[in-house]
Parts: sequence; structure tokens; C-alpha cells
Amino acid sequence: MTLLLAVEGLRRPPLPVLSLAVAAGECVAVTGPSGAGKSLLLRAIADLDPNDGRVSLAGTDRAALPAPEWRQRVAYVAAESGWWAPTVADHMAGPPDRLATLLAAVGLPEAGGWPVARLSSGERQRLALVRALTRRPEVLLLDEPTANLDAAATESVEALVRQALAEGCGVLLASHDRNQVRRLAGRELAFRDGALTEVRP
Amino acid sequence: MTPGNGTLDWIDLAVSALLIVLAGGVSLAWGLGIHRRLGVAAVRSVVQLLLLALILEWLFAHASPWLTAGAAVLMLGFAAREIFGRQDRRLTGGWAWGAGGLAITLAASAVTLFALAGPVRPDPWYDPRYAIPLLGMILGNVMTGIAVGLNTLTATVARDRAAVEARLALGETRWSALGDTLRHALRTGLIGIINSMSAAGIVFIPGMMTGQILAGQPPEEAARWQILILFLIAGATAVGTVAAVMLAAWRLTDDRHRLRLDRLSDSR
Repeated sequence: MTLLLAVEGLRRPPLPVLSLAVAAGECVAVTGPSGAGKSLLLRAIADLDPNDGRVSLAGTDRAALPAPEWRQRVAYVAAESGWWAPTVADHMAGPPDRLATLLAAVGLPEAGGWPVARLSSGERQRLALVRALTRRPEVLLLDEPTANLDAAATESVEALVRQALAEGCGVLLASHDRNQVRRLAGRELAFRDGALTEVRP
Repeated sequence: MTPGNGTLDWIDLAVSALLIVLAGGVSLAWGLGIHRRLGVAAVRSVVQLLLLALILEWLFAHASPWLTAGAAVLMLGFAAREIFGRQDRRLTGGWAWGAGGLAITLAASAVTLFALAGPVRPDPWYDPRYAIPLLGMILGNVMTGIAVGLNTLTATVARDRAAVEARLALGETRWSALGDTLRHALRTGLIGIINSMSAAGIVFIPGMMTGQILAGQPPEEAARWQILILFLIAGATAVGTVAAVMLAAWRLTDDRHRLRLDRLSDSR
């Protein structure tokens, strides 16, 4: 497997100094109790909060790229998504046929024309993943991607993640759903006793 | 009392003070509990305005560019303090003063100098009789525009944090991600002067025009002065509000296009 995302000596207080790597087509889970710092870690890799350390994508150092380009290629999908324009389609990018395929895949084929104000939390969560995928990222940083979803919707999201993995995307998945971690992740990193250590998934 | 020829003496003012007594009586009769504050405010306005008149007479008698500049700096300092005082959530560190102070200094001095060099042309150009009242009138309005613009920006950016961060996370630049927020803050800051210009002459007669008419100027002359002043105020408010809001937005983000709400103090 080719190395895609490499994180070395990442400093983001109050997290411990961390290193991790994600290969192309690999899903690595980050687990730990609430408040352990799973979201902070993903945000730091996306460079959304001040942090230090060497982070690179396919050998290109993050510092060598403008931050907007970095975040297009290494996409952070928050647990609680923010929306700013009137309709769902206003938030999407890329060709319409790909958008249609992605919307159908999460079971919301008609959602493009829907007003954002009337979305349920579960719809928002699925559409936030679609929104990121329309920009064709190379790495997905998923923060509790199925926290608000029922079984069927969870299944559709996991299918979409598997498809992204098959296309060579790397995924770093923060989740507290043990079964989901077992279903999706090849490796698991756990926050334990003030350190991030590899455990058996 | 002297016959009405545009002059007022102390007896006239004493008679008009009866209206303050009347307002105090209303407060007492209805138990509003504001008669004390009303009295203090009335006394303050008398003392402050008479002091201002004394200072202005002294300044006018010693027409020096340095004294005029010194008075202008003092006025700018008070205006910056007032903007600082009106913020619900301030930028951290020196920026709490800096954003508003820099913006109002830039806008008010540029527009006042423009007025002195262009339309007004007093001789000498720094004549305090023109420079100080012009600056004062401009400052009062720009101050409001900046304070409202900054308050709207900080409140909106904190409220819409999730949306702004979502746009940043999807690869937008800080200026693109804050675009809607900036436009909202600028519109809110500028709406006051736009409303004043629209309503001037229909809903109310502006204070300066009233003053000139009472002092015996022909109404048409007074109207031309009032129009000039409204234009100066509108220009200065636009420049000042844009500068303050952009500076604050620049400070609330960083060169890696992150939203830095840690540079905003908590709500007071």
C-alpha cells in the first residue's frame, strides 16, 4: 500500500504529541472516550486550528501548499455540519451526474433542490459527506459520520465510505461505534492514558 | 428677554429649563425613577457645552495648525474610546482599541482634510473655526457606523461559526468563507447614514441646518451646507466601517485561513 497521509510529531495542546499514517485505500479508526481529542486531532490535520508538526500528503508537505488547497485534498467532515446558502445544491461542487449518483447513494436522490432550513440532523449529516465527496478529496477526515443516523442510513454512509476507499481515498475515522470500527477500519488508534496507541480493531 | 433676532440670553435658557423641570415632574408623578438621572444629564450637557464653547473660543483666537491638530487628536482618542466601550465582544490585546481607532482616524482625518482642501477652502486651510466642527460632526456619525459594524461582525461570526468553518474545511479562502458575514456587518453599519439621508428634510430638519436657519442664514444656503455635511458623513462612514470591519475580520482569521475565535473576548 502506498503511503498517503503522514503525520509526524503533531503538536496540538492539550493532545499528546502524535504520529500516524494512512495509506491509499486504507481506513484507520481513531477511538477513545468523549473529550479525548478525536475531533481536535482531525481538525489539526485539516489545519483548522493552530498546530505544529510535519504533515504531508503523498510526499507533499502541508506547509508547501496554500491552506485552501490542502483542505480541498484533505477534507474534514464535522459531526455537526454548517450550511450557508438557501438550497442543498448551492453547497455542492463538481459535475451534476456525479452529484446525482452520490445523492442516490445516501438515499436522498431528490435532496438537491431542498431548502437547507428544513433538513433533519440525519439528512444534514449524510449531505455533509456528499458535499465533501463532490470536491473529490484524497483523504477524508470523518468525525462521527453516523452519529445521528438509523441503521439503513448508517449502512448507506458506510457503503459510500467503502466506495471512496475502493477509489484510493484514505480515511481517518473518528467513531465510538465499536461495530462500525470493526466493519470499516483496517487499523485502530486509541486515545489511552494520554497517548495515541495502536490497538487491535 | 431680547426680541427674537437669532440671539439667546441666559434668561431665555432659564425659561427653557422649565421643560426639564416638567420632564422631572412626569418622572416623579409616575414613579419612573429617572428624575435624578435626568437632572444630572441636563447639568452635564450645560457644563460640557459651555466648556466646549470656551475651548473653541480659545482655539479660534489662537488659530494655529498645531493647536488644531492637538484638538483633533484628542477628539479622535475620545471617539476610539467610545467605539471600544460599545463593543459586546472585543478583539483581544491592543486590537480591542486598534481596529476601531485606526479605522476612525483614517476615515475621519482623510474626509476632513478632503473637505478643507476641496469644497470648504477656509483661509488658512487649518482654520479651527471650520476644521474642528467638521471633524466633530463627521466623528460622531462614523463612530456609530464603526461600532455597529464591528458589533455585527463579532456577533455574526460567533453565531455562524459552523457555517464559516464548513466553508473553510471545503477549501474556501478566509475572505470567501466570511463573505456573507462581512456584507451583513457592512450593510448594518451603513444603514444608519443611509436612513438619515433618506429622511433628511421630510421626517426631520437636520440639526446643523436648523442651527444655521435660527442663526439667520437663508434656508437655501443652510441646505447646501447640510448636503455637504451629509455627503462627508456618508463617505467617512463608508471608509471607516469598511476599514474597521476588514481589519477585525483579518484579525479573526490567520494566514492559514483558520477562523480564530480565540482572538475574541467573551461576551460582556
